[in-house]
Formats: sequence, C-alpha cells, structure tokens
Amino acid sequence: MNEKYLNNTSVLISSIFTLLLLVSFGFAEEAMDSDKQDSTGVTNEFSNLPKDDTCISCHIEEEEMPEGFNENDIHMQAGLSCVGCHGGDNTIDDEDEAMDEENGFVGVPDREEIPALCGKCHSSIEFMRDYQPRIATDQVEQYYTSIHGEKFKQGDENVATCISCHSSHGIMPATDPRSTVYALSVPGTCKSCHSDKDYMADYNIPTDQYEKYAASVHGEALLDREDTGAPACNDCHGNHGTTPPGVASLAHVCGSCHVQNEEYFSQTQMAKEFAEDEMHACLECHGNHAVAKPTDDMVGIGEDAICMECHDVDEDGYFAADSIHIMLTQITAAYDSALSKLEEVKIIGMDDVEIGFLLQDAHQDIIHSRTLVHTFDPQRVKEKADVALKNSRDAIKLGIKELDDYDTRRMGLGVATLFITVLAIALFFKIRYIEEEQEKNKL
Amino acid sequence: MNSKLFNWIDERFNISPLIDFMKHKEVPVHKHSIWYYMGGVTLFLFIVQVLTGILLLLYYQPGVDSAYESVRFLMTKVNFGWLFRQIHGWAANMMIFFIFLHMFSVFFTRAYQKPRELTWITGMFLMFVAMGAGFSGYLLPWNELAFFATKVGTDITGAVPVVGNMMKVLLRGGEDVTGATLSRFYAFHVALIPAIMTLLLGLHLTFVQRQGMHEPDHFKKALKKKVIPFFPNFILRDALLWLIVINILLYLAVFFPWELGLKADAFAPAPDGIKPEWYFMFMFQTLKYIPAHVWFIEGEVLGVLGFGLIALIWVLVPFWEIKIKPGTKFRPMNVIGAIGVIYIIVLTVVGYMV
Amino acid sequence: MGISRKKFIDYILGGSLLGWLGSTLYPVLAYLKPPKVPEVNVNSVNAGMLTDFSINSSKILKFGRIPVILIRKDSGELRAFEATCTHLDCIVQYKRDEKQIYCACHNGRYDLHGLNISGPPPRPLVQFDVNVIRDEIVVSKPKPV
Repeated sequence: MNEKYLNNTSVLISSIFTLLLLVSFGFAEEAMDSDKQDSTGVTNEFSNLPKDDTCISCHIEEEEMPEGFNENDIHMQAGLSCVGCHGGDNTIDDEDEAMDEENGFVGVPDREEIPALCGKCHSSIEFMRDYQPRIATDQVEQYYTSIHGEKFKQGDENVATCISCHSSHGIMPATDPRSTVYALSVPGTCKSCHSDKDYMADYNIPTDQYEKYAASVHGEALLDREDTGAPACNDCHGNHGTTPPGVASLAHVCGSCHVQNEEYFSQTQMAKEFAEDEMHACLECHGNHAVAKPTDDMVGIGEDAICMECHDVDEDGYFAADSIHIMLTQITAAYDSALSKLEEVKIIGMDDVEIGFLLQDAHQDIIHSRTLVHTFDPQRVKEKADVALKNSRDAIKLGIKELDDYDTRRMGLGVATLFITVLAIALFFKIRYIEEEQEKNKL
Repeated sequence: MNSKLFNWIDERFNISPLIDFMKHKEVPVHKHSIWYYMGGVTLFLFIVQVLTGILLLLYYQPGVDSAYESVRFLMTKVNFGWLFRQIHGWAANMMIFFIFLHMFSVFFTRAYQKPRELTWITGMFLMFVAMGAGFSGYLLPWNELAFFATKVGTDITGAVPVVGNMMKVLLRGGEDVTGATLSRFYAFHVALIPAIMTLLLGLHLTFVQRQGMHEPDHFKKALKKKVIPFFPNFILRDALLWLIVINILLYLAVFFPWELGLKADAFAPAPDGIKPEWYFMFMFQTLKYIPAHVWFIEGEVLGVLGFGLIALIWVLVPFWEIKIKPGTKFRPMNVIGAIGVIYIIVLTVVGYMV
Repeated sequence: MGISRKKFIDYILGGSLLGWLGSTLYPVLAYLKPPKVPEVNVNSVNAGMLTDFSINSSKILKFGRIPVILIRKDSGELRAFEATCTHLDCIVQYKRDEKQIYCACHNGRYDLHGLNISGPPPRPLVQFDVNVIRDEIVVSKPKPV
C-alpha cells in the first residue's frame, strides 16, 4: 500500500517536472522565434526615396504620406515625383511657398480631371517614347469608348477612372506581381466595385460575377492554381476599353484560346442560326462567368443534356446528340478500364511503358473527340472517337498480355517444379537403393 | 569411360585419398540428425546467391539516377530478370533464416564445445557478415523503403560511443544517405562481403571436414552407433534437401514477389511503416522499448552497447559455457538459448504487429 | 529384378536431371540475351533516316516515357523538343504554314527554339539534342549544364 502511494507520488512529481520542462522549452522556442524576427528586421521604410525632395522629406516627417503609398511606384522610380501630378515646387523648404498655387500647386486632382491628367503624358508618344519606346498611348482614347468612360463623360462620379484600377500612389506595370493589375490581382481589383451591392445599386447589373468566376474553371485555374495563362476579367472584357462582349464578338473572345472549338462551331448550321436569333455562341451552353469544366453529359438526350433545351425528340439534332453522347461515354469508359489495367500491371511490376504511351495517345484523342462535338456532326466525332477507342482497347489488350505473361511465369514454374520434384523423388529412391545395397554388402 | 577419366585425373592430382577420406567420414544417425543438414542448406543458398548475384550484376547499374531504373528495366525488359531478382531476394532471406536455425541447433546440441570453438566463432562471424550482406543489398534497388530503412539503420550505428559517428560517416560515405552511400553499399555487397564470406566459409568448412560431425552426448553413450558414410549417402541426402529448397524458393519467387516500390526521394517525407529486414526486427523493436534515458546513458546508446555485448558473449560461448554434472536434469545453457529464441521470436512478431 | 530397378531409377534420375538442367539453363541463357532495348536509361533514340524525313515537317518520337517532337526546318536543320505542352498536358504539333510549334488545346505557341511566345504556356519546351550520324537521326537528352 505504502509502496504504491510512493509510486504515485513519484509519477506525479516526474510528470510535473516534465510539464515544466516542456513549458520552458516552449518559451525558449518562442524567444528564439522573436530573435529571428529581430535579426531579419524590417528595413527602414522609405529609405530609397530621394532625400532632397522637400515634399517627401516633409511628409515623412509629419507622417502624412498618402494612403497606399509604395516607394516602388513606377513614377517614383522613373523620377516623376509628387510634383509631377500635384504640382508645387519640391526644392523649396518652406511649406507654404512650396505648395503655393503660384508655384503650380494643384493639390488633390479633381476626379473629373483624372483621365486627362494621366493622358497628359500617357497619350503622348513623344513624351512616353523617352521611357518606353514601344508603349501604347491609346489608353485614354480607349477608356472613353468603354462603359466606364461613357458614363464618366456623362458625369457619373462612381465609375472607374484610371486610378480605380491602377491605384494612385502604388502604380506598377501589369507584369509586376505587386501591381493591382497583375493577372492574378485583376479579379480582386474589379471585384472591389463590382461585387459591392450598394455601390452597384444604381446600375442594375448583377454583382455575383466574381463569386461565379472564382468557382469557374477559369477562376479555379487563375486564383487557386495561380496559372497566369488562365483568363482574368480583362482577357474577355478588355482593359481600358472594357465592355461586355456582344453576340458578334463572343465566339471570338472564347476562340482566342479555344481555337478549334470556335473553328468547328463557326462552320456549323447552328452558328448561323444562333447569329440570326441573336444568341450568344458559346454562352448558350457553357455560360459566362460561371463556366464549368464541361462534362460528357452536357451533350446527349439525358437530364443534364443542354441539347434538349432546344431540340425535340425525333429531330435530327436529337439523334445526333444521342449518338455523340454514346460515343463519348464509350471512349471514356474504355479509357478508364485501360487505366485500371495499367495500374494493375504497374503494381505487379510488369512492363507498363507501352501501355502508358497508348493511353497518352488515347487521352489526346478523347480531348480531340470532345472538341469535335462542336461540329455537331456524329460522323466527324466518330472518326476521332474510333481512334481513341482503338488506342484504349490496344492498351487493354497489352495490359491483358502483360497479366497473361505474369501467369505464364507460373506455368513455367510448374514445368521446373515438376522436373525438380521428379528428380527429388528419384534421388530418394536412389538413396534407398544405395543403402539397401550397402546393407546387403555388409551382411 | 568414367573410370578412365577418373584415373587420368587421379594419376595427376592424386585425389583418391580425398575420396577415401569422404567415404570413410561418417555421419551419425540419431533423432537430432536433421540439424546436420542446416549448414548444408545455408551453403547451397550461398551458392545460389553468388550465381544469381553475378547474373544481376550484368544489368544492375549503381547510381542515384540509374539504380532504380536499372532494376525496373531488369524486371520488365530482361528475359527472366524478374525471376533472378526474386530468387536473389528470397534466397537471401532464406539463407539468413537457415543460418539462425543452424546456429541455434549447434547451440542447443552444444556442438561448439572443444575442439570446435573456432568453427563456432567463424560461423558466428559468417552470420554477422551475412546480415551485413542483407543490409547492404536491401539499399541497392534505391527505392523509398530501402532508402529510409538504411537511414534509420545507419543512424543507429551513430549511437555507438566515441567511434559511432565516425562509423556512421564511413558507412554512409558522408553525413547523410546519398548516392555516395549507394556506391559504398554496392562495393560492400558485391566485392567486400562476398570475399570475406568466401574466406570465412573456406575456414568453416575445412574445420568441419577435419573434425568430422559432432556427436551429441546421448549418441556418444549409445552402445550401437548408427552411422552413414558422408559420401555418397549424406551428400545425396543433402542434394535431396537442396532440391526441396529450390522448389520452395521458386514457389516463393513466383507467388510472393518482392515489390519494387517507388523510387527513393531524399526530400520526400518518410513513408509510413518503415521496417527493417525481418532479421533486424527484434533489435529494432528493442530499441523502441528502451526509454530515452536510462540513468545517465542515452537509451539508444544503451541498446546498441547491449546488443554489442550480447553478440560478443554469444561469440565466446565455448569459453564460458556453464558445465553441468552428468545426470543433472537442469540445463542452464538450454534455458539461456530458449530465452534467446523466445525473445527473438516475440519481438519480431510484435514488431510486425505494431 | 534388382538390376532393372537400379536402371529404372537411374533413367528417371538422369532424365529429370536433364530436364532440370534444361529448365535452369534456359532462363539463364534467355537472360543473357540482350533485350530489345539494350539500355536502362534511354539517353538517345534513333529517329530514322534523314533522307526519309522531308523538309518543313515533324514527327513525334517516344523517348522513354516522354513524347518528343522532332522538327525539320525549311533550312534542313533539325530540332527536337519535349512534346508535352507546358500549360496543361496536351501534345504540341508543328504548324507547317506558320513555322511555329502549336498547342491546339488553348492556342499556345512556341517558336522553333521552344520558347513560349503566346497563349497560356508558362515555360519554354525542353530542348533535346539532335545529331545526324551516317544519315541516321539520333535524338538525345540535353546534357546537364
């Protein structure tokens, strides 16, 4: 009893000790972390700015730097300091004198002056040439053709101007990942106004584009996988001349990446009829902002089939849709079963290289077959689908051959084992015979 | 015809005495005779290892970029490549298994006693070297499991006091398990270890042939000793057993093939269930049970030193054996041996269950 | 009787011994015969005769597990690149009219140095070495720099 008590106490003491040890270790680690932070330390802000610019030196001292100021701003980097837009004289120490209207000081530019203010330099190739000879100078011109620009001209004070997207004091080129107009940042930049219900209230347009886009195949590629090749808002709507693509241009917008789909579609009877009825080419089936990864069930006569929204049972289109759907299902099923064969072959350690190659081909053929759906011609789909089917089936055959070979090994084993077993039995009798003879000789 | 050839050779090399020697050498027959065959099977498996090893060498290419690929190539593109790799893998495991059987049968029949002390010692060293062969060969396909098992295995070497770190670096050919380790293990596996084994095996077999088979106590006392000639009777029985072993080997190679696994990636996280080869399992498992610190010694150091000490004691068994008076029922050596066997079996099983 | 039994055993013994030797030697000999692809690491692949490969054309080769596109330019010069588009996993093609490497999936384009010049591809194609040895085209892995 006593001993047990003693044991319990010692356990208790040792666990408290361990706990203390752990805690102190935790602290030590924390201390080390903060040390690290100190040693890497944030560099002194604004250390790269010109020291002899009185605007900057004074505003830093007064801690009145504008919101969102970034010393890497391209204008700041190119030597165009505060006075470039705000006027005044940055060589004069005296505050009042430096910011005197007589010295050209304008202060915060009026909103309605902004496009013109930026355009003063950016619309002049003579001026811009010194900085970037191949830069475009049509941004302001384009801007006035955009929905933003048109409303701006009408005196709308809410619409985006240059600074809405490019920011005021942190402007960087679109290729700079820190920029508000960098490919990955564009959706967020547009969203800041377009997803704001109150802000957009007067315009009578939806505010769920970002939400839809973010969940779409494009949004997933751009925002989640950070694939800068995927389209952001401006890739379909344009940059400075931003406007919703119309019936005529939509197919071309999508076709700028999905070339073959557009090519096939534009040659069809359906394309003509769509145009006559003022229906958007790609959008009718795929949607716009929410465009999802297409499935094989989108074509056909099933519940999810879009074809059936227009086509009636027993129409030509009905049969075409059905046969295309059957082909697509067939080739994916064949491909999937070939894939599982490949897996089987891999696991048992047989040769899978050739099967892999066939499946690579089959995969390409399936992609192409799906693209050919846009011809709405079962015959053309069939040509490619047959190739896909053949490649998958060849892969399956090869897989079966490998699996068979694996079994033949067992057959081979049977032959070898048979010989060895017979040999063993014969040897057994030989030994017995020899020993019998030896016994006889002894006697 | 046969006798002509024999005479021709005999005339030149005088081999008749050798044959006579073998013919007159006798092998006792009694209830424990089966254990006489364990060494022979081990020898046979060693020969299988040498032959299949040579075959594998024809296609194997050591090196981080080629080791795994060449084994994969061997398995998929080379005719019967899979067979020889599987036989090599299975025969290795069976060889170690039969070494254990051989060693314990010798221990329990007390065949290590005078005058066979050196036979026992060479045998023990053969066992250690064979385990080294298994350990080094395991890494050669350069797959994930082998990579991490080698990492853990060589890490344990580092726990040896004073010289441990040096040994670890020497084994690994650097601070970490890298391509340099692979090159070293390759050299150990195909050159150094086979050479040492051949040498030790030569001694071991010479000793056995010179001294003849050991007779257990009960046999020594028997009035009528039943014996068979070593040649041809015993040799033929050996051959019979070898044939059975080949069959088992082929069966295992075809029906329970070793996986190739995934290629080793030094930067990948260690996969679950890294296990050493089964013959290291009991040691590996023991190290797990030793607390991090025992008194003032680190647990791992204690474990490594402990096993080192036990190995040394085991090697020296012929010199400290606890002798008993004739007629005593209690045999302390059997108890020690039984504890050893049970310990190894239990911890190995536990190691695979957990 | 004794003699015939002895002979019987000897025949069986000899026969099965031969069978066993055969079933051991056959795998060994088959093993020694070099396989069709004699090497593990495919470092180079034969792409056929230069004379059979017309100017301004291309073909896809199998390079181990990697597809490779071999192009013969107008000048007769040969270039080879990994054929998998760096964007997603489509196989690129050579556009004879545009003199560009083109990926049909998302309109990706590469120049004849494998450089991504338009569309979504984020990286250039990996270039392979091409040599012509006695009129035979040999494509090989780029040597590590």
